[in-house]
Amino acid sequence: MRALKAFFRSPPAIIGLLLVLAVVAMGLAAPLLYPNDPLGLAGRPLQWPGANPRFPLGTDPSGRDIAAQLFHGARISLLIGFVATSIAVVIGIGIGAVAGFYGGAADTVLMRLTEAFQTLPNFLLLLVLVAVFGSTMEVVTVAIGLVSWPPVARLTRAEFLSLRTREFVYAARIQGLPDWHLIFREVLPNALPPVIVYASVVMAVAILLESSLAFLQLSDPNVPSWGNLIGLGRSVLRTEWYVSAIPGVAILLAILGVSLLGQGLNDALNPRLAPR
Amino acid sequence: MRVLALAGRRLAASLPTLVLILVGLFLLLQLAPGDTVDALMAQMGGGDAALAEDLRRFYGLDLSIAARLGQYLLRLVTLDLGFSAIYGKPVATVILERLPATLLLMAAALSFAFFFGLVLGVLAARRVNRWPDTLISTLGLIFYATPSFWFGLMAIVLFSVHLQWFPAGGFYEIGEGLTGLALTLDIARHLVLPTLTLGLIFLAIYLRIMRASMLEVLSLDFVRTARAKGLTETRIVTRHVLRNAMLPMITLIGLQAGTMLGGSVVVETVFALPGLGRLAYESVVQRDLNTLLGIVFVSALLVIAINFLVDLLYAKLDPRIVSGG
Repeated sequence: MRALKAFFRSPPAIIGLLLVLAVVAMGLAAPLLYPNDPLGLAGRPLQWPGANPRFPLGTDPSGRDIAAQLFHGARISLLIGFVATSIAVVIGIGIGAVAGFYGGAADTVLMRLTEAFQTLPNFLLLLVLVAVFGSTMEVVTVAIGLVSWPPVARLTRAEFLSLRTREFVYAARIQGLPDWHLIFREVLPNALPPVIVYASVVMAVAILLESSLAFLQLSDPNVPSWGNLIGLGRSVLRTEWYVSAIPGVAILLAILGVSLLGQGLNDALNPRLAPR
Repeated sequence: MRVLALAGRRLAASLPTLVLILVGLFLLLQLAPGDTVDALMAQMGGGDAALAEDLRRFYGLDLSIAARLGQYLLRLVTLDLGFSAIYGKPVATVILERLPATLLLMAAALSFAFFFGLVLGVLAARRVNRWPDTLISTLGLIFYATPSFWFGLMAIVLFSVHLQWFPAGGFYEIGEGLTGLALTLDIARHLVLPTLTLGLIFLAIYLRIMRASMLEVLSLDFVRTARAKGLTETRIVTRHVLRNAMLPMITLIGLQAGTMLGGSVVVETVFALPGLGRLAYESVVQRDLNTLLGIVFVSALLVIAINFLVDLLYAKLDPRIVSGG
């Protein structure tokens, strides 16, 4: 309750929450407002925003409704962002928990693996994965999850290292409880809050990675993604720059919302760490 | 010398990591449907199976996976990255041609982000919770959330198309035959927008870290001592606080070297810069997996090298690290 109150006293946190809710609402409203295929032909290409009341945000070089793509794109960004983040968090917690709980050889091997992933540029590894497995939406989502887990693993490991020597863990161990019980029922619940807060950073990066990939036309071309639309707008950038400009604002606001929300949660849950 | 030994030990520890990366990537690429020969045949407009067979033997693609992995690692030791069928030259040559543009861009973006991140972070911390702080922190948040490729495109629209201050792409004016100082200035002009674009998100991160770390250090006892001695606030910040507050920023440079390289893929593609990142993008599109693998290898080396330099710098700024072990 105290955390909740602290959260709602911070204007940035509320702005973040509103932005995220707005993107979610856009995603939910998409099939109601624009029941037709957003990638289907809608009208004359390259109509400026406001020029035709049927297309408040104009049309793209292929004559598709930009507003429809924007609404449907919210679904894609949220879906890929959320699933990829979940994958990264599950892998990260798994590896971090085992490394931190057992220490020794397991820790050494797993941390080497984590280092290997951190030495490789994220986006380059993502390119390799897409080059190898193709660029369907499923592959892109899993690939983003696969390149995003190392920081989560490090954070989880650090939490486990400090928690595993606490009295309540010893007490449970002395009762003869198995390791999985110690990991999942005793340590993990206490290690989880900072990891969940960090997930907001992972999600912001995941949305950015997906839109970068789509911008390079290396993501799934059959889904209406914001990045995709920006990439398509490049060919008409000199004159019809609005095609690229509009979806970029959507990405910016979505990432801003997720970051602010995460920061607000962090400040509310760890009041000692809150900025002075 | 102890500094070098310490950093050298860290460098040696990264060797197993490198081997792990290479083996993992090599095995991963074996899963790719279609190899270089398929891509080559497609470019030639098709051909019969016998020709494909010959080409496979020529590129050594007919051996077992284990044998090829062994060969690959052995060749890497001699820095032989294989042959790029698409470019018709050794991969190492292709990469070396592309490396300078990327290094220049990264150095420029890092300097820009570091310098302005430092200055803005210090300004925000000095006026904490007043309007300059609020303004700088808000800007930082917005920069952090701005997708670099979008910022790059908008910069082109504003500064190249409408204001015509800077060129929209390329590394230098081809066909002008510039040399010496004129060429340097021309390259610098071409790099202004890419530098801003790549550096923006790092600027946001650095200023946030710098602000937090300044606030932390400003509350320490030795700062109170310095104040009690009657030093001016400027002298306290420049002589006592800055050096300590910079340490987390230095750490970040090492941690984010890889992110920056990844970011250069997008930025170099937007501005048509002939760098490593654009090469990576092209080799994905052209299925030139030999080159892609080479780029990843060189990038990993680059990240390790940057971290080595960061270790040296860190030890120089904070002598406690060397004496403490």
